[in-house]
Amino acid sequence: MSPEVNQYDILNSSDDELMRISREGTLSLNLKEMQTIQTHFRSLHRNPTDVELETIAQTWSEHCVHKTFKCIIEYSEPNKKTERIEGLFPTYIQRATEEINKPWCVSVFSDNAGIIEFDEDNNLVFKVETHNHPSAIEPYGGAGTGIGGVIRDSLGTGLGAKPILNTDVFCFGLPDMAYEDLPKGTLHPKRVFKGVVSGVRDYGNRMGIPTANGAILFDSRYTANPLVFCGNVGLIPRDRCDKSVEPGDLIVAVGGRTGRDGIHGATFSSAELDDTSENLGSVVQIGNPIMEKKIVDALLLARDRNLYRSITDCGAGGFSSAVGEMGEDTGAEVHLENIPLKYDGLAPWEIWLSEAQERMVIAVPPENLDELMEICDSEMVEATILGTFTDSHRLQVFYQDNIVGDLDMGFLHKGLPEIVKQAVWQPPKHTEMPSRDNDTEDYTDDLMQLLASPNIASKESVIRQYDHEVQGGVVIKPLVGIENDGPSDACVVTPVIGKPTAVIVANGINPRYSDVDPYHSAAGAIDETLRNIIAVGGTLEKTALLDNFCWGNPDKPDRLGELVRAAKACYDIATAYGTPFISGKDSLYNEYSDTTTGEQRAIPATLLISGICVIPDVNCAVTMDVKSANNLIYVVGNTYPELGGSHYFGIHDYIGNNAPIVRPDEGKQVMESLSKAINQGLVRSCHDCSEGGIGVAAAEMSFSGGIGMDLHLKQVAVGEEIPNDDVRLFSESNSRFIVEVEQGDQVEFENQMNGVSFGNIGKTIDSNEFRIHGIKSNCIVDTTIEKLKSAWQTPLYS
Amino acid sequence: MKPKVIILRTAGTNCDSETEVAFKLAGGHTDLVHIQNLISGKVNLSDYHILAIPGGFSYGDDIAAGILLAVEMRHKLSDVLEEFVADNKLIIGICNGFQVLVRTGLLPGLSKEKTTTNSDVTQRATLAMNTSTRFECRWVDLKTEESQCVFTRGIKTNLYLPVAHAEGRFTAPQDVLDELEDNNQVVFRYSTGSHPSSDNIEYPYNPNGSDLNIAGICDKTGRIFGLMPHPERFLTKWNHPRWTREDLPDIGDGLVLFKNAIVYAKTTFHE
Repeated sequence: MSPEVNQYDILNSSDDELMRISREGTLSLNLKEMQTIQTHFRSLHRNPTDVELETIAQTWSEHCVHKTFKCIIEYSEPNKKTERIEGLFPTYIQRATEEINKPWCVSVFSDNAGIIEFDEDNNLVFKVETHNHPSAIEPYGGAGTGIGGVIRDSLGTGLGAKPILNTDVFCFGLPDMAYEDLPKGTLHPKRVFKGVVSGVRDYGNRMGIPTANGAILFDSRYTANPLVFCGNVGLIPRDRCDKSVEPGDLIVAVGGRTGRDGIHGATFSSAELDDTSENLGSVVQIGNPIMEKKIVDALLLARDRNLYRSITDCGAGGFSSAVGEMGEDTGAEVHLENIPLKYDGLAPWEIWLSEAQERMVIAVPPENLDELMEICDSEMVEATILGTFTDSHRLQVFYQDNIVGDLDMGFLHKGLPEIVKQAVWQPPKHTEMPSRDNDTEDYTDDLMQLLASPNIASKESVIRQYDHEVQGGVVIKPLVGIENDGPSDACVVTPVIGKPTAVIVANGINPRYSDVDPYHSAAGAIDETLRNIIAVGGTLEKTALLDNFCWGNPDKPDRLGELVRAAKACYDIATAYGTPFISGKDSLYNEYSDTTTGEQRAIPATLLISGICVIPDVNCAVTMDVKSANNLIYVVGNTYPELGGSHYFGIHDYIGNNAPIVRPDEGKQVMESLSKAINQGLVRSCHDCSEGGIGVAAAEMSFSGGIGMDLHLKQVAVGEEIPNDDVRLFSESNSRFIVEVEQGDQVEFENQMNGVSFGNIGKTIDSNEFRIHGIKSNCIVDTTIEKLKSAWQTPLYS
Repeated sequence: MKPKVIILRTAGTNCDSETEVAFKLAGGHTDLVHIQNLISGKVNLSDYHILAIPGGFSYGDDIAAGILLAVEMRHKLSDVLEEFVADNKLIIGICNGFQVLVRTGLLPGLSKEKTTTNSDVTQRATLAMNTSTRFECRWVDLKTEESQCVFTRGIKTNLYLPVAHAEGRFTAPQDVLDELEDNNQVVFRYSTGSHPSSDNIEYPYNPNGSDLNIAGICDKTGRIFGLMPHPERFLTKWNHPRWTREDLPDIGDGLVLFKNAIVYAKTTFHE
């Protein structure tokens, strides 16, 4: 045994001692897991080495195996029988995809990213990841390595995809929060905001990948636990989507050197943060985008020459996870002393677990080694042979000729004990906002306040810092309209320059509705994503979804109850719309505990849905800015009195109880009919009606196009009676769009929308005025597009 | 014959493939070549007619944008570059490539008094941090000046192109600026386009605060050309940010620059 390797004495440990070992080693293993490991090693009559115990802890971490999504859950809600759920992922996510059964899904849930068909030559890969815990402690590095990590997911899918698009969604605390209110040990939201944006900017821009879609949300509950979602779309030749590992293949690491950075990232992210977490500096990785760019350049050359058989990235758990996963069905032998280090002094387990960035592992047939090395040389990238894939079905780790780890692949990947978790859902009751008087009220100020609220206001200051033009393929940009500054619903990319085949990427996220019911929040996030895709010219038929759950501690039954609600909605709504999930991820334990007061804070239940849609002809795409005066403005889809969790209630400090409900029968018909109308060229502009309802959506279209509007709320199609102007104006009902149609196309458009509820609510006018009339025809909003735009362009912070 | 275009790559180059598409659409034969292969002699620069240094973050733009690649070119490729220039061949540097050309001294080139060879060329201008102090991506209107520049021959109109950079503020001592004006070396200036113009072209029309609103310059011969905006990002009308609302030709504003280069190479080197 190497002197630098320690053994953990667990054979005779008591339960208390087992838990002490887990805690002190940041292993995040619970008692049952520690006992399972103890039993396993008792049967081997020896103690585990640090290399072995650390490997198991990484492999079994929430981050790597998603225990909460696979475990059995006993779920109860008031007046209902307790329900036994055999895993949220198989029951609600995977099953939805299987039942929808789209022929264009090439690979789902198995590789580092989902794969769908694109054109006759290429497929697309798409993955969204989170990097929340690191970004809370070190925003710049945490966010940069978040984008770096998800790019490697694309590169590690199939035999490697070329990254063509980045997306990012951030959730921060309120940027104007008083410093004295800041929880102990946390960074101010403004600092997190600046750091995260700079980190994503510097990494993404240097990689030469356009960042063209995203969102930024603010809520005080994200102060201690900011969320950073990073997504990447890649383009991959159709014949490079399969991978395999053969015994005898060399295990080759390509890229950066290994250091002590990022050790325990996987297990760290499987625990709650507290006011001492800021001391855990070494769990955050250090990014180097130019290194990653060199790796992409070198590996795509090697891919095209067929020099390797399999590839994966070194993410959470470092080499231990990468080699362990690649060799799961064969076996692997690794020599840690071969691994090039940034500096001396690393213990073998640290080398094995380090999450140093910009490293990929490939399986290289020995006869291809010289050619691979030649490419890496000329691209100035280091490549090293770590060992060999074997047929032993064991993971064997050596350090200077001593065996320091010898684990059975079966135990490592299948030995995790089955757990049962309890979940409870208790619907909350919130105060309703008193209704306002139709005869006297004016809503101009409310509309201005909504437009200026940080969740709705322009994100241009951030968007412009990202290169959204590089690669020359982004054809519907994040900012659109006559002054290139209106909020686009989605981005559209033609990855092969000059070819009309295009990919649409959009997202939906509504944590505010979770305060009423996470079911409606999740359903609304899917509906919103689909609306964004339809609004720029996509179709339901060719849309796939990604799910990213960010939740509090799932060991607490109420938090898990919320997760069950959201997962149920994913199944119900995705199957109703026929849009499959192709990839997803979860980040749990987003909670903060103050160790002095014992106070616990969880983030709001947050589900990000990302959508990807392929369209054959980009010429059919439309944007949200109105195009000319004297065109008709329609609201397509029914409005219901649904202000629960809305932004309008938010600015008046209410939550309410009627969160927007998705009615997929109605929604599907709306979206399918509208898709056809857009594809026939009957629509001049189209905007998703969401945050702030008809009022905000119409205002955004108007000022983005530089053309005024004159609108009448009494013409709005309603699903049930809505006597109040403010409810009609600001309700956030799902499956609605605002659409601009030329007068000459009125008949054809209305015929196309036959069977769908819609209302012709007015028209664009040859003036800068923006007026909305209430149900009694009195003017309830009277302003100009310049004033609306100026409110919307209120800086996010001073 | 198809003129041969070498598109130079190194660590951090990232606009190489769209630059390649641009030259292909213009009718060139293109090769993407890593600088290691020029230095090692595996590839000969003299086999090509046009050298393109694309955008990106060469070597991470460590120290300052483009400086490391410029130093590498001056120290390891000066002879072949000198020969390339002496043979009346073309060089274009876009964004990071422009930064590299300025830092090698190839742009704006020798002062009037000096008549020595290229190996004595020193840096006489710079591309400094934007006045906004940050990276920005936006579309800009460009006024095409009357100049010697081969790449803009025959262009009478303004162009509309995107910029995306943090270090794009062209600045130089007054005598160098005067010289640029006197020699007609200013190729593009930022302008207000169709917007109400004023004498003072302010941010964001001038997106980085460049002296004299300079967006692109050439050397005295007009054969070496550098610009901050990205012509390779406007090849088809779909690249235009307002193609869904304006009537536009199918071909983007950027392509003409590449076509002019190919036409020049065809007529000059019809071997």
